Amino acid sequence: MSEAATQAGRELISFRVGAQEFCVDIMEVREIRGWTPATALPQAPEFVRGVINLRGAVLPIVDLGARLGLGTAEPTARHVIIVAQVQNQVVGLLVDAVSDILTVTDDMIQPTPDVASEMVRAFVRGLLAIDGRMVSFISLDRVLPERELDHAA
Amino acid sequence: MSKTILTVDDSRTMRDMLRLALIDAGFNVLQAEDGVHGLEVLQGETPDVIVTDINMPRMDGYGFIEGVRSDARCRTIPILVLTTESSPEKKMRARDAGATGWIVKPFNPEKLVDAIRRVAA
Amino acid sequence: MDPMAEIKATFFQECEEQLAELESGLLAMEGGDTDTETVNAVFRAVHSVKGGAGAFGLDDLVRFAHVFETTLDEVRAGRLAATPEVVKPLLRSADVLADLVRAARDGGEVDQGRCDACAAELSALTGIEEAADGDDGMGDLDFQPMAAAPVALDFELDAPAVEAVPETAGWSVRFKPRPELYAKANESVLLLRELARLGEIEVELDAADLPLLSELEPEGAYLAWNIRLRGSASEADVREVFEFVDADCELEVHALGADGEPMPTAAEAELDIAALLSMAQAAVEGAAAEPAAAQESETPEADIAAILAAAQAEATEAAPAADTAPAAASAQSNRRAGEDRRKVDAPFAGDDKRTEKKLDDLAKAAATATAPTIRVDLDRVDRLIDLVGELVINQAMLAQRVTEAGLARASSVAMGLDELEQLTREIQDSVMAIRAQPVKSVFQRMPRLVREVASITGKQVRLITEGEGTEVDKTVIERLTDPLTHMIRNAIDHGLESPEKRVAAGKNPEGAVKLSAAHRSGRIVIEVADDGGGINRERVKQIAIDKALIAADAVLTDEEVDNLIFLPGFSTASTVSDISGRGVGMDVVKRSILDLGGRISITSRPGLGSTFSMSLPLTLAVLDGMVVTAGQQTLVAPLTAIIETLQPKRADVHSLGGSARVISIRGAYVPLVDVGLSLGYRAEPMDAEQGVALLIESEGGSRAVLLFDAIQGQRQVVIKSLEANYRRVPGIAAATILGDGRVALILDVDTLVAASRTAEAPKLLQAG
Repeated sequence: MSEAATQAGRELISFRVGAQEFCVDIMEVREIRGWTPATALPQAPEFVRGVINLRGAVLPIVDLGARLGLGTAEPTARHVIIVAQVQNQVVGLLVDAVSDILTVTDDMIQPTPDVASEMVRAFVRGLLAIDGRMVSFISLDRVLPERELDHAA
Repeated sequence: MSKTILTVDDSRTMRDMLRLALIDAGFNVLQAEDGVHGLEVLQGETPDVIVTDINMPRMDGYGFIEGVRSDARCRTIPILVLTTESSPEKKMRARDAGATGWIVKPFNPEKLVDAIRRVAA
Repeated sequence: MDPMAEIKATFFQECEEQLAELESGLLAMEGGDTDTETVNAVFRAVHSVKGGAGAFGLDDLVRFAHVFETTLDEVRAGRLAATPEVVKPLLRSADVLADLVRAARDGGEVDQGRCDACAAELSALTGIEEAADGDDGMGDLDFQPMAAAPVALDFELDAPAVEAVPETAGWSVRFKPRPELYAKANESVLLLRELARLGEIEVELDAADLPLLSELEPEGAYLAWNIRLRGSASEADVREVFEFVDADCELEVHALGADGEPMPTAAEAELDIAALLSMAQAAVEGAAAEPAAAQESETPEADIAAILAAAQAEATEAAPAADTAPAAASAQSNRRAGEDRRKVDAPFAGDDKRTEKKLDDLAKAAATATAPTIRVDLDRVDRLIDLVGELVINQAMLAQRVTEAGLARASSVAMGLDELEQLTREIQDSVMAIRAQPVKSVFQRMPRLVREVASITGKQVRLITEGEGTEVDKTVIERLTDPLTHMIRNAIDHGLESPEKRVAAGKNPEGAVKLSAAHRSGRIVIEVADDGGGINRERVKQIAIDKALIAADAVLTDEEVDNLIFLPGFSTASTVSDISGRGVGMDVVKRSILDLGGRISITSRPGLGSTFSMSLPLTLAVLDGMVVTAGQQTLVAPLTAIIETLQPKRADVHSLGGSARVISIRGAYVPLVDVGLSLGYRAEPMDAEQGVALLIESEGGSRAVLLFDAIQGQRQVVIKSLEANYRRVPGIAAATILGDGRVALILDVDTLVAASRTAEAPKLLQAG
């Protein structure tokens, strides 16, 4: 877009989870794959579906809907895995479908409304109005479960 | 035709610096890690000038120079000694051992090239 | 990358190597080694560091290294004996030198007081006072080009400096080489050429001493030159040209007066050029093969040229060829005559004794020479290992598909695959061996650590190392340093008693810490043993009770008490925590070892000492495993932990307590762990008789039986990190990729068994 030259623009990739639409900074996305069955992990939170093999690396699959508090559904209904870089880890995000690539400027991002939702506070960085639809711009920093577990013994 | 210089020094750092200075000046460079290695290299190559360190394991500079001077084929190759020890006694010792000349470490690339020019046709 | 920056990086790498050599040499000397080569190696190490540091202008480092080098030179020369009182300060200086190197590399600060104190100590040893800036005539400490070297002036002058006339039109130089000059491969031509660069020169050849051809020694020096140099060069410049050879020649330099004539001093009256010319003339007339050119000649060179031309004619018949005549005006080099190989009369011809000695030296050098090595970028090796890992996976996948395709085992395809598997294994072993390194690189950091900790705690410690050559993959080596460091600190701080207490107990005041490494049943076992007081079990138990880690009335075996120190939160106050700035709990050590897939345990005997024993896999890259299923999940159990496989019989399985089960094996009762249940793959315990069991041995030697649904086979698997992208999972060590491309988890047998023991075992059941 022509405005991109004068204002800081960035590209976002938008996707659908259930009935809601979200987007993340495209710089965090490494690739997009179809769903492959994951190997279950013991003592994993509900939103962690297991791990898959991505060209020799072991990747956890996070059900983004579950993570965002939208409830889980049968994994087979989820079709797409967005492989994303979260700090120094690589994660697979399970979503319904990828919609679009958006080029936005910072002034297009509305601040998050103050609603009573932990999830919103934890993940949503702002809202975008695109063609009459609401797309939540989310941050992936906390999408993985906490690293340190309490020592059982 | 550019000259070939054989550098003999057990310090990788020093070898790298010598190589850099010499190649910049247009010389070809052969390298060896100590006196024994130097003599081995001389079995197969005849450089125009030799630049050698004194303190090296296995065979030091003096032993190396002696070795070179006793080999009829290499006897007449000019040998420059690299030394951080610039006392008169040490220079005398190098001279007595058969060194053609010396260069004081840390060396200045220009002086290195000058010294080489002074001893090589 | 800027070449100088690259060389600087090389320099710091080399410094690390030199520092290691320095320390090991000094330690050997401390141990009584008096071999000259050891001392020489130590000297060279410091000399090398100093040399390179000078080139990069690292002044602080150079200064200290210089004092250190001077002291070592005294030792090397035999003027200073390497007694313990001398070696100890040398070791301290080596530590200071190491600090200075690292500060120079990483930009940190050094304790200047400590440096100065050490330097003073060294000076005191030698009695040599070094100038404040350590100047020993090392003129330029940087690469700034220097003008006509005043340095050269300092020690070369044999003749009095004739600097009297400031306004001189030039110089008159008489240069008569002696044979030694040529023997050192100097060439008069080149010297004259150098001189010519200083101004205009006229060269007159003086062949007065040239003998009859038949008496001509090819190695002899008979010619001299009288040169007039006009120009603005200084006397120093002129002498500098002859800097290398002034001991091997007669050199006189006189100022030329305004009239262009040399200004002779009284002593040099006889060097009147005219007189020289007539002398030359006489000699020429006396020469046998003289042509008819007896007339006076203005240019003696022409005469000589003529003589030599005639000589050349003769030379073709005469055996020792004097050489072909060069161009007239240039100087004849006797050195060329020396090229005659038959007349080898040089001072450096190997006489028998010398040759023998040289051969001896070479033989000795060859004997100690190590096998040839090459340097390889670690990145390349890592990449190679990754690729081989992929090869292994692919080969397994191929094998799987072949089986699924129903090809007979004896078919050529299946057999070919077997061969492929064999080859792949061999390649993998070879490639892993490339990256295998001896633990020496980790062990050699310990002596300094021991010195420092001993100093801080006021204890006397002797470090013994064994098995430094034991090899282990680089991935493991890198992660050994921290745990070993902690264990050694702990051994000195808590294990060893103070010298007074030791003496009171009838022990040597100096305590011993032994660090050893060895291969044992496919793993590497590293032990840190001390001969201190052993674990004070009463105290340990009390601390654990105080910190609510165990119940006040708990009944524990000695071994269990000893292992309490590994509990998180156990760490006792330590005098040594200031070194690292943080606490040094043994639980941290245990965590590191477990993370490596290793085991750690402790044995202790009161009054005699304690031994920490760590067992680690040889590599973090591959694992021999048994592929099993539990609750429809495929898992891999490390083969090294497995003692045997069993088919449980209902009669052998008994319930104990609430939900726990034990199994009887040859009369002994061993805990039974239902893996599918523990990991939450199943909600209900399975019937033991329906499954298969693996008898395993976990840390501390205790045994357990793991119950699985089925065993699929044995395979070598490539280890993939689970923690890299996820986090640590109790009971799981890592992951791998099986033939079907799916991820399978690798069991962490120790935590699996440990978790099943505690009352919190049911927590593992919750799958989230």
